[in-house]
Amino acid sequence: MAEMSARALARYQSMAAAARRQRRLEHWLPWIVIGGMFALWEIIVVAFGIAEFILPAPHDIVNSMIRWWRPLMQDSLVTLYCTLAGFGMAIVGGVLLGVAIGSSQMVYKGLYPLLIAFNSIPKVAVVPILIIWFGIGVWPPILTAFLISFFPIVVNVATGIATVEPELKDVLRALGAKPRDIIVKVGLPRAMPYFFASLKIAVTVAFVGAIIAESVAPNAGIGRLIMVASSRFDVPLVFAGLIITGFMGIVLYWIAEYIERRTTGWATRGQNQNLAAGG
Amino acid sequence: MTRPFVEIDHVAMRYGGVDGTLALQDCSMNVQEGEFVAVVGPSGCGKSTLMRLVTGLWPATEGNVIVDGSEVDGPVTIAGMAFQSPTLLPWRRILANVMLPLEVTPEHRGRLRRERPQYEARARELLKLVGLEGFDGKYPYQLSGGMQQRTSLCRALIHEPKLLMLDEPFSALDVFTREELWAVMQDVWMVRRPTVILVTHDLREAVYLADRVLVMSARPGRIIAERKVDLPRPRTLETTYTPEFQALTADLRRYIAAARSGEEVTI
Repeated sequence: MAEMSARALARYQSMAAAARRQRRLEHWLPWIVIGGMFALWEIIVVAFGIAEFILPAPHDIVNSMIRWWRPLMQDSLVTLYCTLAGFGMAIVGGVLLGVAIGSSQMVYKGLYPLLIAFNSIPKVAVVPILIIWFGIGVWPPILTAFLISFFPIVVNVATGIATVEPELKDVLRALGAKPRDIIVKVGLPRAMPYFFASLKIAVTVAFVGAIIAESVAPNAGIGRLIMVASSRFDVPLVFAGLIITGFMGIVLYWIAEYIERRTTGWATRGQNQNLAAGG
Repeated sequence: MTRPFVEIDHVAMRYGGVDGTLALQDCSMNVQEGEFVAVVGPSGCGKSTLMRLVTGLWPATEGNVIVDGSEVDGPVTIAGMAFQSPTLLPWRRILANVMLPLEVTPEHRGRLRRERPQYEARARELLKLVGLEGFDGKYPYQLSGGMQQRTSLCRALIHEPKLLMLDEPFSALDVFTREELWAVMQDVWMVRRPTVILVTHDLREAVYLADRVLVMSARPGRIIAERKVDLPRPRTLETTYTPEFQALTADLRRYIAAARSGEEVTI
Protein backbone atom coordinates (compact mmCIF):
# COMPACT_ATOMS: atom_id res chain seq x y z
CA MET A 1 0.00 0.00 0.00
CA ALA A 2 1.22 3.50 -0.79
CA GLU A 3 2.22 5.88 2.00
CA MET A 4 -0.55 8.11 3.21
CA SER A 5 -0.17 11.69 2.08
CA ALA A 6 0.57 14.19 4.85
CA ARG A 7 -2.86 15.75 4.52
CA ALA A 8 -4.67 12.43 4.66
CA LEU A 9 -2.63 11.46 7.70
CA ALA A 10 -3.46 14.71 9.48
CA ARG A 11 -7.12 14.28 8.71
CA TYR A 12 -7.02 10.68 9.88
CA GLN A 13 -5.38 11.69 13.14
CA SER A 14 -7.84 14.47 13.83
CA MET A 15 -10.74 12.06 13.19
CA ALA A 16 -9.23 9.50 15.55
CA ALA A 17 -8.75 12.20 18.22
CA ALA A 18 -12.36 13.32 17.81
CA ALA A 19 -13.56 9.72 18.17
CA ARG A 20 -11.49 9.32 21.35
CA ARG A 21 -12.89 12.54 22.79
CA GLN A 22 -16.41 11.39 22.06
CA ARG A 23 -15.84 8.00 23.70
CA ARG A 24 -14.42 9.70 26.81
CA LEU A 25 -17.41 12.01 26.94
CA GLU A 26 -19.82 9.07 26.56
CA HIS A 27 -18.12 7.37 29.48
CA TRP A 28 -18.43 10.33 31.85
CA LEU A 29 -21.73 11.67 30.59
CA PRO A 30 -24.01 9.79 33.04
CA TRP A 31 -22.01 11.12 35.99
CA ILE A 32 -22.01 14.64 34.61
CA VAL A 33 -25.80 14.51 34.17
CA ILE A 34 -26.38 13.14 37.69
CA GLY A 35 -23.98 15.66 39.24
CA GLY A 36 -25.61 18.46 37.26
CA MET A 37 -29.07 17.44 38.41
CA PHE A 38 -28.08 17.57 42.09
CA ALA A 39 -26.29 20.90 41.61
CA LEU A 40 -29.35 22.41 39.91
CA TRP A 41 -31.56 21.01 42.65
CA GLU A 42 -29.39 22.57 45.36
CA ILE A 43 -29.36 25.95 43.59
CA ILE A 44 -33.14 26.02 43.10
CA VAL A 45 -33.90 25.08 46.72
CA VAL A 46 -31.49 27.67 48.10
CA ALA A 47 -32.43 30.42 45.60
CA PHE A 48 -36.18 30.11 46.13
CA GLY A 49 -35.89 29.34 49.86
CA ILE A 50 -38.01 26.17 49.57
CA ALA A 51 -38.87 24.69 52.98
CA GLU A 52 -37.12 21.49 53.96
CA PHE A 53 -40.38 19.55 54.51
CA ILE A 54 -41.47 20.32 50.93
CA LEU A 55 -38.27 19.73 49.00
CA PRO A 56 -35.09 19.20 51.00
CA ALA A 57 -31.83 20.32 49.40
CA PRO A 58 -29.30 17.61 48.51
CA HIS A 59 -27.05 18.63 51.39
CA ASP A 60 -29.96 18.09 53.83
CA ILE A 61 -30.45 14.64 52.38
CA VAL A 62 -26.76 13.86 52.78
CA ASN A 63 -26.88 15.02 56.41
CA SER A 64 -29.92 12.83 56.96
CA MET A 65 -28.11 9.87 55.39
CA ILE A 66 -25.16 10.38 57.73
CA ARG A 67 -27.40 10.74 60.77
CA TRP A 68 -29.57 7.74 60.01
CA TRP A 69 -26.98 5.58 58.27
CA ARG A 70 -27.59 2.56 60.48
CA PRO A 71 -31.38 2.17 59.90
CA LEU A 72 -30.91 3.13 56.24
CA MET A 73 -28.31 0.42 55.87
CA GLN A 74 -30.38 -2.21 57.65
CA ASP A 75 -33.57 -1.38 55.79
CA SER A 76 -31.94 -1.23 52.39
CA LEU A 77 -30.33 -4.62 53.00
CA VAL A 78 -33.75 -6.05 53.83
CA THR A 79 -35.21 -4.54 50.68
CA LEU A 80 -32.28 -5.77 48.61
CA TYR A 81 -32.68 -9.25 50.05
CA CYS A 82 -36.42 -9.37 49.34
CA THR A 83 -35.94 -7.96 45.84
CA LEU A 84 -33.23 -10.44 44.95
CA ALA A 85 -35.18 -13.37 46.38
CA GLY A 86 -38.29 -12.42 44.40
CA PHE A 87 -36.23 -11.66 41.33
CA GLY A 88 -34.46 -15.02 41.56
CA MET A 89 -37.79 -16.81 41.77
CA ALA A 90 -39.00 -14.78 38.79
CA ILE A 91 -35.94 -15.85 36.76
CA VAL A 92 -36.47 -19.54 37.46
CA GLY A 93 -40.24 -19.46 36.98
CA GLY A 94 -40.09 -17.02 34.07
CA VAL A 95 -37.56 -19.05 32.09
CA LEU A 96 -39.45 -22.30 32.64
CA LEU A 97 -42.81 -20.85 31.67
CA GLY A 98 -41.25 -18.83 28.84
CA VAL A 99 -39.76 -22.00 27.35
CA ALA A 100 -43.10 -23.79 27.66
CA ILE A 101 -45.03 -20.94 26.04
CA GLY A 102 -42.44 -20.30 23.34
CA SER A 103 -42.14 -23.91 22.27
CA SER A 104 -45.74 -25.06 22.44
CA GLN A 105 -48.60 -23.44 20.61
CA MET A 106 -50.99 -25.27 22.98
CA VAL A 107 -49.46 -23.82 26.10
CA TYR A 108 -49.33 -20.41 24.45
CA LYS A 109 -53.00 -20.42 23.46
CA GLY A 110 -54.04 -21.84 26.81
CA LEU A 111 -52.05 -19.66 29.17
CA TYR A 112 -51.48 -16.34 27.47
CA PRO A 113 -54.89 -14.73 28.13
CA LEU A 114 -54.65 -15.71 31.77
CA LEU A 115 -51.15 -14.27 32.02
CA ILE A 116 -52.26 -10.99 30.45
CA ALA A 117 -55.20 -10.76 32.83
CA PHE A 118 -52.95 -11.49 35.75
CA ASN A 119 -50.40 -8.93 34.70
CA SER A 120 -53.09 -6.26 34.41
CA ILE A 121 -53.90 -6.53 38.11
CA PRO A 122 -52.10 -3.76 40.02
CA LYS A 123 -49.73 -5.57 42.31
CA VAL A 124 -50.46 -3.18 45.15
CA ALA A 125 -53.94 -4.69 45.24
CA VAL A 126 -52.51 -8.18 45.72
CA VAL A 127 -50.43 -7.26 48.77
CA PRO A 128 -53.33 -7.40 51.28
CA ILE A 129 -54.09 -10.94 50.11
CA LEU A 130 -50.45 -11.92 50.50
CA ILE A 131 -50.54 -10.50 54.02
CA ILE A 132 -53.61 -12.57 54.85
CA TRP A 133 -51.89 -15.68 53.51
CA PHE A 134 -48.37 -15.19 54.78
CA GLY A 135 -48.66 -12.60 57.54
CA ILE A 136 -46.55 -9.48 57.83
CA GLY A 137 -42.95 -10.43 57.20
CA VAL A 138 -40.52 -11.00 54.37
CA TRP A 139 -42.91 -13.03 52.22
CA PRO A 140 -45.24 -10.27 50.97
CA PRO A 141 -42.37 -8.15 49.56
CA ILE A 142 -40.59 -11.20 48.11
CA LEU A 143 -43.74 -12.43 46.40
CA THR A 144 -44.71 -8.98 45.15
CA ALA A 145 -41.23 -8.55 43.67
CA PHE A 146 -41.66 -11.99 42.07
CA LEU A 147 -45.11 -11.24 40.65
CA ILE A 148 -44.13 -7.92 39.16
CA SER A 149 -40.85 -9.06 37.54
CA PHE A 150 -42.11 -12.45 36.35
CA PHE A 151 -44.09 -11.27 33.34
CA PRO A 152 -41.41 -9.45 31.32
CA ILE A 153 -39.12 -12.47 31.66
CA VAL A 154 -41.80 -14.90 30.45
CA VAL A 155 -42.74 -12.78 27.46
CA ASN A 156 -39.17 -12.22 26.34
CA VAL A 157 -37.98 -15.80 26.73
CA ALA A 158 -41.08 -17.01 24.91
CA THR A 159 -40.48 -14.54 22.07
CA GLY A 160 -36.86 -15.65 21.70
CA ILE A 161 -37.84 -19.29 21.46
CA ALA A 162 -40.91 -18.82 19.29
CA THR A 163 -38.99 -16.85 16.66
CA VAL A 164 -36.46 -19.56 15.76
CA GLU A 165 -36.23 -19.65 11.95
CA PRO A 166 -38.44 -22.41 10.50
CA GLU A 167 -35.62 -23.44 8.12
CA LEU A 168 -33.31 -24.03 11.05
CA LYS A 169 -35.97 -26.15 12.73
CA ASP A 170 -36.31 -28.11 9.47
CA VAL A 171 -32.56 -28.69 9.30
CA LEU A 172 -32.57 -30.11 12.81
CA ARG A 173 -35.80 -32.07 12.47
CA ALA A 174 -34.58 -33.67 9.26
CA LEU A 175 -31.65 -34.95 11.31
CA GLY A 176 -33.96 -36.63 13.77
CA ALA A 177 -33.78 -33.95 16.45
CA LYS A 178 -36.35 -34.12 19.23
CA PRO A 179 -38.21 -30.90 20.17
CA ARG A 180 -36.06 -30.83 23.30
CA ASP A 181 -32.87 -30.79 21.21
CA ILE A 182 -34.16 -27.84 19.24
CA ILE A 183 -34.91 -25.90 22.42
CA VAL A 184 -31.55 -26.68 24.03
CA LYS A 185 -29.36 -26.21 20.94
CA VAL A 186 -31.14 -23.30 19.31
CA GLY A 187 -34.09 -21.93 21.25
CA LEU A 188 -32.41 -21.16 24.56
CA PRO A 189 -29.19 -19.63 23.20
CA ARG A 190 -31.28 -17.61 20.80
CA ALA A 191 -33.53 -16.41 23.62
CA MET A 192 -30.58 -15.18 25.70
CA PRO A 193 -30.45 -11.61 24.33
CA TYR A 194 -34.21 -11.32 24.89
CA PHE A 195 -33.78 -12.79 28.36
CA PHE A 196 -31.14 -10.26 29.36
CA ALA A 197 -33.14 -7.39 27.91
CA SER A 198 -36.00 -8.52 30.14
CA LEU A 199 -33.71 -8.88 33.18
CA LYS A 200 -32.80 -5.22 32.95
CA ILE A 201 -36.48 -4.32 33.14
CA ALA A 202 -37.37 -7.01 35.64
CA VAL A 203 -34.67 -6.16 38.16
CA THR A 204 -35.78 -2.53 38.39
CA VAL A 205 -39.48 -3.33 38.69
CA ALA A 206 -38.66 -5.98 41.29
CA PHE A 207 -37.59 -3.10 43.58
CA VAL A 208 -40.90 -1.40 42.94
CA GLY A 209 -42.72 -4.57 43.97
CA ALA A 210 -40.74 -5.10 47.16
CA ILE A 211 -41.09 -1.49 48.27
CA ILE A 212 -44.82 -1.38 47.53
CA ALA A 213 -45.33 -4.42 49.75
CA GLU A 214 -43.12 -2.96 52.46
CA SER A 215 -45.13 0.25 52.53
CA VAL A 216 -48.50 -1.51 52.63
CA ALA A 217 -47.36 -3.93 55.31
CA PRO A 218 -44.66 -1.99 57.14
CA ASN A 219 -42.44 -4.57 58.76
CA ALA A 220 -38.94 -3.73 57.59
CA GLY A 221 -37.17 -2.37 54.54
CA ILE A 222 -36.92 0.92 52.67
CA GLY A 223 -40.69 0.96 52.15
CA ARG A 224 -41.31 0.95 55.87
CA LEU A 225 -38.55 3.50 56.49
CA ILE A 226 -40.18 5.89 54.00
CA MET A 227 -43.62 5.41 55.57
CA VAL A 228 -42.29 6.04 59.07
CA ALA A 229 -40.19 9.03 57.97
CA SER A 230 -43.08 10.66 56.10
CA SER A 231 -45.43 10.23 59.04
CA ARG A 232 -42.89 12.23 61.05
CA PHE A 233 -42.50 14.79 58.26
CA ASP A 234 -38.83 13.83 58.05
CA VAL A 235 -38.79 14.57 54.32
CA PRO A 236 -34.97 14.48 53.95
CA LEU A 237 -35.00 10.90 55.24
CA VAL A 238 -37.77 10.01 52.75
CA PHE A 239 -35.59 11.32 49.95
CA ALA A 240 -32.56 9.52 51.38
CA GLY A 241 -34.53 6.25 51.12
CA LEU A 242 -35.59 7.03 47.55
CA ILE A 243 -32.07 7.87 46.45
CA ILE A 244 -30.63 4.70 47.98
CA THR A 245 -33.29 2.66 46.18
CA GLY A 246 -32.40 4.30 42.90
CA PHE A 247 -28.75 3.59 43.56
CA MET A 248 -29.38 -0.11 44.27
CA GLY A 249 -31.48 -0.30 41.09
CA ILE A 250 -28.65 1.10 39.00
CA VAL A 251 -26.09 -1.27 40.51
CA LEU A 252 -28.24 -4.34 39.78
CA TYR A 253 -28.90 -3.03 36.27
CA TRP A 254 -25.17 -2.73 35.69
CA ILE A 255 -24.58 -6.26 36.90
CA ALA A 256 -27.25 -7.56 34.52
CA GLU A 257 -25.75 -5.53 31.68
CA TYR A 258 -22.24 -6.76 32.44
CA ILE A 259 -23.34 -10.40 32.34
CA GLU A 260 -25.25 -9.68 29.15
CA ARG A 261 -22.20 -8.22 27.44
CA ARG A 262 -20.06 -11.15 28.51
CA THR A 263 -22.45 -13.87 27.40
CA THR A 264 -24.35 -12.53 24.41
CA GLY A 265 -21.81 -10.30 22.71
CA TRP A 266 -22.69 -11.99 19.41
CA ALA A 267 -26.10 -10.30 19.43
CA THR A 268 -24.75 -6.74 19.62
CA ARG A 269 -21.56 -7.20 17.61
CA GLY A 270 -22.85 -4.86 14.90
CA GLN A 271 -22.36 -1.85 17.17
CA ASN A 272 -19.00 -3.00 18.51
CA GLN A 273 -17.83 -3.61 15.00
CA ASN A 274 -18.75 -0.08 13.96
CA LEU A 275 -16.79 1.30 16.90
CA ALA A 276 -13.80 -0.87 16.07
CA ALA A 277 -13.95 0.17 12.45
CA GLY A 278 -14.23 3.84 13.40
CA GLY A 279 -10.57 4.59 12.50
CA MET B 1 -32.44 -51.30 -13.04
CA THR B 2 -32.12 -51.03 -9.27
CA ARG B 3 -34.82 -49.59 -7.17
CA PRO B 4 -34.74 -45.77 -7.06
CA PHE B 5 -33.40 -44.20 -3.88
CA VAL B 6 -36.23 -41.66 -3.78
CA GLU B 7 -39.63 -42.51 -5.22
CA ILE B 8 -42.40 -39.96 -5.32
CA ASP B 9 -45.53 -41.66 -6.50
CA HIS B 10 -48.58 -39.60 -7.55
CA VAL B 11 -48.25 -37.30 -4.59
CA ALA B 12 -50.63 -34.45 -3.77
CA MET B 13 -50.14 -31.87 -1.09
CA ARG B 14 -52.80 -29.48 0.15
CA TYR B 15 -52.28 -26.88 2.85
CA GLY B 16 -54.85 -25.77 5.37
CA GLY B 17 -57.62 -28.33 5.16
CA VAL B 18 -60.05 -29.32 2.41
CA ASP B 19 -60.33 -25.94 0.67
CA GLY B 20 -56.68 -25.01 1.28
CA THR B 21 -54.10 -24.30 -1.40
CA LEU B 22 -53.21 -27.25 -3.56
CA ALA B 23 -49.42 -27.08 -3.82
CA LEU B 24 -48.73 -30.38 -5.57
CA GLN B 25 -50.96 -32.69 -7.55
CA ASP B 26 -50.23 -35.97 -9.25
CA CYS B 27 -46.53 -35.35 -8.83
CA SER B 28 -44.24 -38.29 -9.57
CA MET B 29 -40.49 -38.56 -9.80
CA ASN B 30 -37.67 -40.99 -9.13
CA VAL B 31 -34.09 -40.35 -8.11
CA GLN B 32 -31.41 -43.02 -8.31
CA GLU B 33 -28.86 -43.49 -5.56
CA GLY B 34 -25.90 -41.16 -6.05
CA GLU B 35 -27.71 -39.16 -8.69
CA PHE B 36 -27.73 -35.36 -8.81
CA VAL B 37 -31.20 -34.18 -9.77
CA ALA B 38 -32.30 -30.57 -10.17
CA VAL B 39 -35.92 -29.49 -10.00
CA VAL B 40 -36.77 -26.23 -11.76
CA GLY B 41 -40.05 -24.47 -12.18
CA PRO B 42 -41.85 -21.15 -12.09
CA SER B 43 -41.93 -19.46 -8.70
CA GLY B 44 -44.60 -20.69 -6.34
CA CYS B 45 -44.87 -24.08 -8.05
CA GLY B 46 -44.35 -26.10 -4.90
CA LYS B 47 -40.65 -26.91 -5.23
CA SER B 48 -40.00 -26.27 -1.57
CA THR B 49 -43.03 -28.37 -0.67
CA LEU B 50 -41.40 -31.24 -2.50
CA MET B 51 -38.32 -30.87 -0.28
CA ARG B 52 -40.38 -31.08 2.86
CA LEU B 53 -42.26 -34.12 1.64
CA VAL B 54 -39.10 -36.02 0.79
CA THR B 55 -37.49 -35.24 4.15
CA GLY B 56 -40.70 -36.22 5.91
CA LEU B 57 -41.14 -32.87 7.60
CA TRP B 58 -44.69 -32.73 6.26
CA PRO B 59 -46.91 -35.65 5.38
CA ALA B 60 -48.30 -35.90 1.86
CA THR B 61 -52.05 -35.47 1.47
CA GLU B 62 -52.17 -38.21 -1.17
CA GLY B 63 -49.72 -40.69 -2.63
CA ASN B 64 -46.52 -42.25 -1.37
CA VAL B 65 -43.03 -41.01 -0.76
CA ILE B 66 -40.43 -43.77 -0.46
CA VAL B 67 -36.87 -42.99 0.55
CA ASP B 68 -34.15 -45.63 0.79
CA GLY B 69 -36.63 -48.46 0.51
CA SER B 70 -39.06 -47.42 3.22
CA GLU B 71 -42.13 -45.25 3.17
CA VAL B 72 -41.66 -41.80 4.73
CA ASP B 73 -43.98 -41.25 7.66
CA GLY B 74 -41.92 -38.90 9.81
CA PRO B 75 -38.69 -36.94 9.49
CA VAL B 76 -36.09 -39.11 7.75
CA THR B 77 -32.84 -38.96 9.66
CA ILE B 78 -30.49 -39.48 6.72
CA ALA B 79 -30.93 -36.09 5.07
CA GLY B 80 -28.75 -33.03 5.07
CA MET B 81 -30.42 -29.75 4.16
CA ALA B 82 -29.29 -26.33 3.01
CA PHE B 83 -31.51 -23.35 2.28
CA GLN B 84 -31.42 -19.98 0.61
CA SER B 85 -30.41 -18.34 3.90
CA PRO B 86 -27.43 -19.97 5.60
CA THR B 87 -29.30 -20.22 8.96
CA LEU B 88 -26.08 -20.46 10.94
CA LEU B 89 -26.16 -20.04 14.69
CA PRO B 90 -24.60 -16.63 15.37
CA TRP B 91 -23.34 -17.61 18.82
CA ARG B 92 -21.31 -20.55 17.55
CA ARG B 93 -17.98 -20.46 15.81
CA ILE B 94 -17.79 -21.92 12.30
CA LEU B 95 -16.45 -25.29 13.45
CA ALA B 96 -19.19 -25.65 16.07
CA ASN B 97 -21.79 -24.62 13.50
CA VAL B 98 -20.63 -27.30 11.10
CA MET B 99 -20.68 -29.89 13.87
CA LEU B 100 -24.24 -29.11 14.99
CA PRO B 101 -25.82 -32.10 13.16
CA LEU B 102 -23.46 -34.47 14.97
CA GLU B 103 -24.96 -33.34 18.26
CA VAL B 104 -28.48 -34.31 17.22
CA THR B 105 -28.31 -37.28 14.86
CA PRO B 106 -28.98 -40.47 16.82
CA GLU B 107 -26.09 -42.18 15.06
CA HIS B 108 -23.39 -39.70 16.09
CA ARG B 109 -24.49 -37.95 19.27
CA GLY B 110 -23.39 -40.78 21.52
CA ARG B 111 -19.97 -41.05 19.91
CA LEU B 112 -19.27 -37.34 19.65
CA ARG B 113 -17.91 -36.92 23.16
CA ARG B 114 -15.47 -39.79 22.95
CA GLU B 115 -14.35 -39.22 19.38
CA ARG B 116 -14.39 -35.43 19.30
CA PRO B 117 -10.87 -35.03 17.80
CA GLN B 118 -11.71 -37.34 14.89
CA TYR B 119 -14.99 -35.52 14.27
CA GLU B 120 -13.30 -32.14 14.44
CA ALA B 121 -10.72 -33.32 11.93
CA ARG B 122 -13.57 -34.41 9.68
CA ALA B 123 -15.22 -30.99 9.95
CA ARG B 124 -11.94 -29.23 9.16
CA GLU B 125 -11.40 -31.47 6.15
CA LEU B 126 -14.87 -30.58 4.89
CA LEU B 127 -14.21 -26.86 5.42
CA LYS B 128 -11.03 -27.28 3.42
CA LEU B 129 -12.97 -28.96 0.63
CA VAL B 130 -15.22 -25.90 0.25
CA GLY B 131 -12.29 -23.49 0.53
CA LEU B 132 -12.77 -22.36 4.11
CA GLU B 133 -9.55 -23.65 5.58
CA GLY B 134 -8.48 -21.63 8.61
CA PHE B 135 -11.89 -20.06 9.22
CA ASP B 136 -13.08 -22.61 11.78
CA GLY B 137 -12.53 -20.24 14.73
CA LYS B 138 -14.47 -17.32 13.23
CA TYR B 139 -18.03 -16.33 13.99
CA PRO B 140 -20.59 -16.32 11.14
CA TYR B 141 -20.86 -12.51 11.10
CA GLN B 142 -17.14 -12.31 10.33
CA LEU B 143 -17.72 -14.18 7.07
CA SER B 144 -19.16 -12.98 3.76
CA GLY B 145 -22.49 -14.28 2.49
CA GLY B 146 -20.80 -16.76 0.17
CA MET B 147 -18.60 -18.08 2.96
CA GLN B 148 -21.61 -18.46 5.22
CA GLN B 149 -23.34 -20.47 2.51
CA ARG B 150 -20.26 -22.70 2.19
CA THR B 151 -20.41 -23.26 5.93
CA SER B 152 -24.07 -24.13 5.59
CA LEU B 153 -23.14 -26.71 2.93
CA CYS B 154 -20.55 -28.22 5.26
CA ARG B 155 -23.17 -28.44 7.97
CA ALA B 156 -25.45 -30.29 5.56
CA LEU B 157 -22.66 -32.75 4.76
CA ILE B 158 -20.87 -33.36 8.07
CA HIS B 159 -22.91 -36.40 9.08
CA GLU B 160 -22.31 -37.91 5.63
CA PRO B 161 -25.97 -37.98 4.65
CA LYS B 162 -27.05 -40.33 1.91
CA LEU B 163 -29.51 -37.68 0.77
CA LEU B 164 -28.74 -34.00 0.33
CA MET B 165 -31.65 -31.61 -0.12
CA LEU B 166 -30.74 -28.16 -1.42
CA ASP B 167 -33.47 -25.52 -1.54
CA GLU B 168 -32.17 -22.66 -3.70
CA PRO B 169 -28.94 -22.59 -1.71
CA PHE B 170 -27.14 -20.15 -4.01
CA SER B 171 -29.96 -17.83 -5.02
CA ALA B 172 -29.21 -15.12 -2.45
CA LEU B 173 -25.61 -14.77 -3.65
CA ASP B 174 -24.15 -12.53 -6.32
CA VAL B 175 -23.48 -14.12 -9.71
CA PHE B 176 -19.71 -14.51 -9.29
CA THR B 177 -19.96 -16.11 -5.88
CA ARG B 178 -22.76 -18.31 -7.12
CA GLU B 179 -20.75 -19.65 -10.05
CA GLU B 180 -17.82 -20.23 -7.74
CA LEU B 181 -20.02 -22.27 -5.43
CA TRP B 182 -21.34 -24.37 -8.31
CA ALA B 183 -17.78 -25.60 -8.79
CA VAL B 184 -17.44 -26.20 -5.04
CA MET B 185 -20.72 -28.10 -4.99
CA GLN B 186 -19.67 -30.21 -7.93
CA ASP B 187 -16.34 -31.04 -6.27
CA VAL B 188 -18.11 -32.06 -3.07
CA TRP B 189 -20.55 -34.23 -4.97
CA MET B 190 -17.84 -35.92 -7.02
CA VAL B 191 -15.88 -36.75 -3.85
CA ARG B 192 -18.78 -37.84 -1.64
CA ARG B 193 -21.39 -38.99 -4.14
CA PRO B 194 -24.51 -38.35 -2.08
CA THR B 195 -27.93 -38.41 -3.72
CA VAL B 196 -28.78 -34.77 -4.29
CA ILE B 197 -32.08 -33.05 -4.98
CA LEU B 198 -31.48 -29.42 -5.85
CA VAL B 199 -34.43 -27.07 -6.07
CA THR B 200 -33.61 -23.94 -8.05
CA HIS B 201 -35.03 -21.39 -10.44
CA ASP B 202 -31.68 -20.86 -12.15
CA LEU B 203 -31.58 -22.99 -15.30
CA ARG B 204 -27.83 -22.58 -15.82
CA GLU B 205 -27.29 -23.76 -12.26
CA ALA B 206 -29.50 -26.78 -12.86
CA VAL B 207 -27.72 -27.79 -16.08
CA TYR B 208 -24.25 -27.10 -14.65
CA LEU B 209 -24.76 -29.29 -11.60
CA ALA B 210 -27.33 -31.97 -12.35
CA ASP B 211 -27.34 -35.32 -14.09
CA ARG B 212 -31.00 -34.83 -14.81
CA VAL B 213 -33.24 -31.75 -14.73
CA LEU B 214 -36.94 -32.02 -13.93
CA VAL B 215 -39.34 -29.23 -14.81
CA MET B 216 -42.37 -28.54 -12.65
CA SER B 217 -45.63 -26.99 -13.78
CA ALA B 218 -47.20 -23.94 -12.17
CA ARG B 219 -49.22 -24.61 -9.03
CA PRO B 220 -50.50 -27.23 -8.40
CA GLY B 221 -47.07 -28.55 -9.25
CA ARG B 222 -46.22 -31.74 -11.03
CA ILE B 223 -43.31 -32.87 -13.18
CA ILE B 224 -44.02 -31.98 -16.80
CA ALA B 225 -40.64 -32.49 -18.45
CA GLU B 226 -37.32 -34.15 -17.94
CA ARG B 227 -33.93 -33.59 -19.55
CA LYS B 228 -30.83 -35.68 -19.11
CA VAL B 229 -27.59 -33.73 -18.93
CA ASP B 230 -24.82 -35.78 -20.49
CA LEU B 231 -22.13 -33.12 -20.40
CA PRO B 232 -18.82 -34.54 -19.15
CA ARG B 233 -17.65 -33.77 -15.63
CA PRO B 234 -16.07 -31.88 -14.08
CA ARG B 235 -17.98 -29.12 -15.78
CA THR B 236 -16.50 -25.65 -15.70
CA LEU B 237 -17.66 -22.17 -16.57
CA GLU B 238 -16.31 -22.88 -20.07
CA THR B 239 -18.88 -25.66 -20.33
CA THR B 240 -21.66 -23.13 -19.90
CA TYR B 241 -20.65 -21.44 -23.16
CA THR B 242 -20.76 -24.63 -25.25
CA PRO B 243 -23.62 -25.06 -27.76
CA GLU B 244 -24.84 -28.23 -26.01
CA PHE B 245 -25.18 -26.39 -22.71
CA GLN B 246 -26.89 -23.44 -24.36
CA ALA B 247 -29.29 -25.71 -26.23
CA LEU B 248 -30.25 -27.49 -23.00
CA THR B 249 -30.95 -24.28 -21.09
CA ALA B 250 -32.90 -22.89 -24.05
CA ASP B 251 -34.99 -26.06 -24.08
CA LEU B 252 -35.67 -25.86 -20.40
CA ARG B 253 -36.56 -22.20 -20.68
CA ARG B 254 -39.24 -23.08 -23.21
CA TYR B 255 -40.73 -25.60 -20.84
CA ILE B 256 -40.76 -23.05 -18.04
CA ALA B 257 -42.42 -20.49 -20.29
CA ALA B 258 -45.05 -23.05 -21.18
CA ALA B 259 -45.49 -24.01 -17.54
CA ARG B 260 -45.99 -20.39 -16.62
CA SER B 261 -48.66 -19.91 -19.24
CA GLY B 262 -50.34 -23.11 -18.08
CA GLU B 263 -50.14 -24.86 -21.47
CA GLU B 264 -49.71 -28.55 -21.83
CA VAL B 265 -46.36 -29.54 -23.22
CA THR B 266 -45.35 -32.75 -24.84
CA ILE B 267 -41.90 -34.09 -24.32
